Amino acid sequence: MALVAIYSLFIINKSGGLIYYKDYGSSGRMDTNDSLRLASLWHSMHAISQQLSPTPGCTGIDLLQAHNFDLHCFQSLTGTKFFVVCETGAPNMEILLKVIYELYTDFVLKNPFYEMEMPIRCELFDLNLAQVIQKDRVALLGR
Amino acid sequence: MIGVGKAKQYANVLDKPLSRGRQEVSLSAFAFLFSELVQFNQAQVDNIAELERRLEDAGYAVGARVLELLCHREKGNRRETRLLGILSFIHSTVWKMLFGKVADSLEKGTEHEDEYMISEKELLVNRFISVPKDMGAFNCGAFVAGIVKGVLDNAGFPAVVTAHFVPIEGQQRPRTTILIKFAEEVLHREARLG
Repeated sequence: MALVAIYSLFIINKSGGLIYYKDYGSSGRMDTNDSLRLASLWHSMHAISQQLSPTPGCTGIDLLQAHNFDLHCFQSLTGTKFFVVCETGAPNMEILLKVIYELYTDFVLKNPFYEMEMPIRCELFDLNLAQVIQKDRVALLGR
Repeated sequence: MIGVGKAKQYANVLDKPLSRGRQEVSLSAFAFLFSELVQFNQAQVDNIAELERRLEDAGYAVGARVLELLCHREKGNRRETRLLGILSFIHSTVWKMLFGKVADSLEKGTEHEDEYMISEKELLVNRFISVPKDMGAFNCGAFVAGIVKGVLDNAGFPAVVTAHFVPIEGQQRPRTTILIKFAEEVLHREARLG
């Protein structure tokens, strides 16, 4: 089974601030400023797409397809957005995003030392996330 | 509900067996509550030692009640009077009731006669908690240490109980060790009893 390449993961809070960024690709690394800019750009695009959509009750962009990457986005009920940039046609990314959301609720929100809407610095979240991203290629496909 | 079913009538409320109640509560609900407990106490204090003490105090009250309840429910109103007895009571009975499993290990300290350690690979209260680097060796297990202290104190074994992170080789996460240091009088009494 071919490995699915995930290039990067972003989590942005409800006002568009980047609270978590992780780079998995080896090429096209971004510096902090670029990642912040991209995150808030995505936040605005997502908001505009909701307004422009011809279908009523649209919740914003779920998938952006480009020539050389896919961007999958998941928005939680509280407005926190999770999005991964991955290679084109990568399957099961919605499930991966849900799993990451689950990790966020467990290891970030239940951590008394985490301040809401602030950048995520939780050791356990990093640890478990790394495991999921590693395992994702095998385990998620079976779910 | 009154009059529903054929519940046995007891003349005296004390004759009624103590209900075991529901055995489990939601882990998420507990985790959020505990998180709030820590946050509340953190807002009230200005140093980490004080926070640790407050968590311990919260646990102490739990420990005192747990001892009372378990002695009645599990041991027919008898309470352990010997050192090893009370330690294994905590290690198995108390742990099982609180965390649904016995503690991973119970050891005697190698350097001091009066020290015992209960170790847990992944303490339930620490399951979702990452302590930030700037808080040093702070461990939310202080709450559990308080519970242990509550049980011991009320059973007549005064002790100083603390929680520590102990790194294990080949593991990314340290385990939590509850260190119990008994008061001198406890050891004297134990020696007298032979």
